[in-house]
Amino acid sequence: MHATLCDYIADVVHNAVEAGATSVDLDIHASPVWMEVTVSDNGKGMDAERLRQARDPFFSEAGKHDRRRVGLGIPLLCQAAEATGGAVDIRSEAGRGTTVTFRFAAAHVDAPPLGDLPGTLVTLMALPGDYELTVRRRTPVGDFAVARHALQETLGDLTEALNLALARQYLAALEQDAV
Amino acid sequence: MSKMTLQDLRNLRDAKRQDVRARDSAGKSIRIIVGMGTCGIAAGAKETLNAIVDAVAAKNLADVLVRQTGCMGLCHSEPTVEVIQPGMPTVIYGCVNAAQAVQIVEQHVIGKRLLDSLICDRPAADIVH
Repeated sequence: MHATLCDYIADVVHNAVEAGATSVDLDIHASPVWMEVTVSDNGKGMDAERLRQARDPFFSEAGKHDRRRVGLGIPLLCQAAEATGGAVDIRSEAGRGTTVTFRFAAAHVDAPPLGDLPGTLVTLMALPGDYELTVRRRTPVGDFAVARHALQETLGDLTEALNLALARQYLAALEQDAV
Repeated sequence: MSKMTLQDLRNLRDAKRQDVRARDSAGKSIRIIVGMGTCGIAAGAKETLNAIVDAVAAKNLADVLVRQTGCMGLCHSEPTVEVIQPGMPTVIYGCVNAAQAVQIVEQHVIGKRLLDSLICDRPAADIVH
């Protein structure tokens, strides 16, 4: 089960990259009342029927696990968000892309902790493939933005262990200033 | 550490890069691939990946690439770590925690000895690549 908000964030961003997006925007916004995350991509999108199926726990898109009988990422996210009085909004257009927005009530007893955001962001930056990932983090204290291409230009190949460790250090420094 | 800029990051990288003539990706012969699908992450693959990254960086192994992959169909044995190394058989290790990940770097990559008790399997047949 997903224990932290970062787990849900990773799920949705993975979906975006696997949908063939060349550009993914991740916005993580913490206000005193809500923890709100938006993932917006220009991947292959979903038509109305596929959009309906996305919320079905017994639906999984063909191709990755052909014999799989469940697709739990989005349904479990809906359940977790709604348990705190939050919600999940999915807008999509086939051929154009998808935007998933979900929010949890920050002070609710069932709200998951944020988790290891720097570590999660590093793994999201280092997925195989050619995609741009722009992350925007906003809190009442501060905010920062980081883009995959900028990290790659600064560090080089993100599959090198040294670069991964440095990227994590950089993101940890940014996160420390924002909370 | 506060207000770290991209330039700070570049400087830090240059300072840490001890091997000035470090080869680029094309020249690296050893690949460590960590399964980071949602099954892997749920089983703790992030900690495994971090442990490998830290161990490789600490031992200055310039010849090693660390990659993520999605689900390999071995969800029952996550976290999985595949090691591709010239002169060694390609193996997939299963149920690898952070401590075992460090062992893989020290014993398999550096010591060139397989960790027999950790070896898992090849990717599952029903995964379409």
